[in-house]
Amino acid sequence: MPSTVQGLAAPLPTANVDTDVIMPKRFLVTITRAGLADGALADLRFDETGKRQLEFVLNQTPWDDASILIVGDNFGCGSSREHAVWGLMQYGIRGIIGTSFAGIFFDNARKNGLALPVVGPDVRDQLLELAGHSEGLEITIDIGSRQLFYEDQTAAFTMDDATRTALLKDRDDTLDSLKHADAIRQFEAGLTETMRVKVAQ
Amino acid sequence: MSRTLYDKLVDAHKVCDLPDGDMLVYVDFHIMNEYTSPQAFSGLEQKGLKVWRPEAHLSVVDHVKATRQRAPHNAASKLLIDNLEANCRKHGIAFYGLGDPRQGIEHVVVPEQGLVAPGMLIACGDSHTTTYGAFGALGFGIGTSEVEHVLATQTLRYKRLKTMLVNVEGALAPGVTAKDIIMKVIQVVGAGGANGYAVEFAGDAIFAQSMAGRMTICNMAVELGGRAALIAADDKAYRASGQMTFDAETWASDEGAEYDSVFNIDAAGIAPLVSWGTSPDQSVAIDGMVPDVSAETTPKAKAALARALDYMGLEPGQAITDIQIDSAFIGSCTNSRIEDLRAAAEVVKGRRVAERVNAIIVPGSVFTKLQAEAEGLDIIFKEAGFDWRPESGCSMCLAMNDDIALEGERLASSTNRNFEGRQGRGARTHLMSPAMVAAAAISGHLVDVRDFKKGTA
Repeated sequence: MPSTVQGLAAPLPTANVDTDVIMPKRFLVTITRAGLADGALADLRFDETGKRQLEFVLNQTPWDDASILIVGDNFGCGSSREHAVWGLMQYGIRGIIGTSFAGIFFDNARKNGLALPVVGPDVRDQLLELAGHSEGLEITIDIGSRQLFYEDQTAAFTMDDATRTALLKDRDDTLDSLKHADAIRQFEAGLTETMRVKVAQ
Repeated sequence: MSRTLYDKLVDAHKVCDLPDGDMLVYVDFHIMNEYTSPQAFSGLEQKGLKVWRPEAHLSVVDHVKATRQRAPHNAASKLLIDNLEANCRKHGIAFYGLGDPRQGIEHVVVPEQGLVAPGMLIACGDSHTTTYGAFGALGFGIGTSEVEHVLATQTLRYKRLKTMLVNVEGALAPGVTAKDIIMKVIQVVGAGGANGYAVEFAGDAIFAQSMAGRMTICNMAVELGGRAALIAADDKAYRASGQMTFDAETWASDEGAEYDSVFNIDAAGIAPLVSWGTSPDQSVAIDGMVPDVSAETTPKAKAALARALDYMGLEPGQAITDIQIDSAFIGSCTNSRIEDLRAAAEVVKGRRVAERVNAIIVPGSVFTKLQAEAEGLDIIFKEAGFDWRPESGCSMCLAMNDDIALEGERLASSTNRNFEGRQGRGARTHLMSPAMVAAAAISGHLVDVRDFKKGTA
C-alpha cells in the first residue's frame, strides 16, 4: 500500500462497536472474500426493508465519501470474523483512527492493509469534533512518520513497528514465513511424540 | 528469573524471532469451522501451497448448524458445510460433520475429545478460543488470513502481549457461579480493559471451579479484550486433559512473577449478575436496578447509556426483576456443557415454563446431548415445556442458523454477547448463568435463582 492514506473523515463516536455491527451475520454465509461492501455497517446504513437510514452519518453529505473513520474506544470487539475488515475496505475505508482496537480486528486489519492509527483520547475527541463539521475534514495518515496531518495541525500516532512494516511492505505473510521453513522443521524435531497432536479422522 | 505462565507458554512455542519485534510461534493444534476457513483454503490454492501438517488440524461444523434437524436448513449453509468437508477431504484433515457422533460446538467438542492438555498452543478462527486457558494452554482466536498461515506453516506471526492478573479470592455465596465471576470481572475491568493483554485468573474462587466453570471464565475473557486467558494447570486440569503431555515445564506462573496489571476481586461480594445493556460490561446484580442516565458525568457516557437503554427498551430505575422475557436460551460455547445442563435441570425440575416464554436448549455437542439424555435431563426439560433440540451447534448465540430472535424479542440467554443484533436484528439479550436463565424461563421475568430455589420468588 502507499505510505500515506488520505481522505475525508467521518465521525463514528460510539464505543465498543463490535464485529456483529460491522458485518452482520447474514453476510457471512459466503466462501469468498468478495461482495461484502453492502454488509459493512449494514444495520446502521439500512433499515430492515433495505432503505438507507438518512440519520446515519455515512448516508449524509459529505461523509458518504469518507475513506477514514474516527471511532469510539474498543472498536472491532467481539467475533474474529475477518469479513468485518474485508467489508469495510470494499466499502472504501482505508484508515480507522481510534484510541483502542480489539486484538483480532487489529491483526486482521494489518493482514489486509487497513491502517489503524492509535491516538490518545484528546486527539481522538478533537478529530471527532472537526470531522463532524459540515464542510468535512481531510486527514492524511502518514504511516512512515507515524503522524496525522489535518487542517494546519499535526498529531503523532502509535503503531507498532511490525504493523508499520507490514503496511509499508505489502508483503504476503504466508509466503514470507515459509522462508523460515528450516527453523520450523528444526522446532518440530525437538517435539517428543506426546507433544505431536494427531487428530483421529 | 520468575516468569508468568503466559511467558512460559510463549517461550516454549517460539520458533524464531522476526524483524520488528514479531516472532513465529508453533501451533500445536488448530481448529476450524465452516465460516471462517473457506477463504483460507482458497488462499492456499491460489498460492499453490499445501497443508504443512494435516493431522494437527480439526474441522467442526457448528456456526450454521441447524438444531431442529440434521440436514442444513438452507442452501447457503449447505454450501459452507460441503465446502469445508471437501477442503478437509482434499487435504487429509479430520472433519466432524453432520451425523458424526463427535460433532458439536468446537470449544465443547475439543475438550470432550481429549484434544487439550496443559502447555499446548491452540489457535482457531473463533474469538472464544480463549476457552483452552482453563487447561493451562495458550488458546486464542485468529482471522482467516491467519488460518491460511497456520495451514501452510503450522505457525503464526505473533507479538508478545502484556500480562494481567485477576485474583478472585474467597468463597462464592451459594447460587453464584463461574458465569457470575466472569461477568463481574468484565464489569470491573471494562469491555476493552484487557485489549493487548493475556489475562491470568488466580485465587481460590477460581481453583474451586470445575473444569467446566473454568472454561466459562476463560471463554468470556475475550469480552474484556483479553487475547488470551489462562489458569495455572493443577491436578484437576491434568486429570481432565487428553493423552498429549507437554511436561517440559510446570504450567503455572513462578512465585514472584510480575504482571503489567493486577485486579483483585472479592468472591464473597459477587451476586448473580445479568446484563442490562448492549455491551457485556453493562451488567448489574439481579437485585439491582437499570442504571440512571443522570448518574453519568460526561455527555458521551450519558449518550452511550441512553442509546443502550433505548435499544433494550428499558427505563432508568426499573427493578431488574421486573423485566419480563419472551424467550430463554441455554446453549453456546460459554454454557452448554453437561454441568450447565445439570444446573439448569435442578432449577427446572417439577416446574413449568411460563406461558408466554419460548424456552430453548441446544446441548453443546452430540456427546453432551447423549449424556444428558442418559441422565434423564431431557425429560425434565421437556416436561417443563422446554424445546430440547436434537442437534448441536452455536445456534441462537449468534443466530447464523435458523434460530433467529425477532425484532424487539427479549431473551434471557446463557451466551456471551449482548451486542445489538447479535441474536437477531433488534433482539434484546440479557446475559446470565444457565441456572438464572432456567429460573427466568419458569418465572417469565428475570429473577434471583437463589430466592427461586428457596421458593420465595
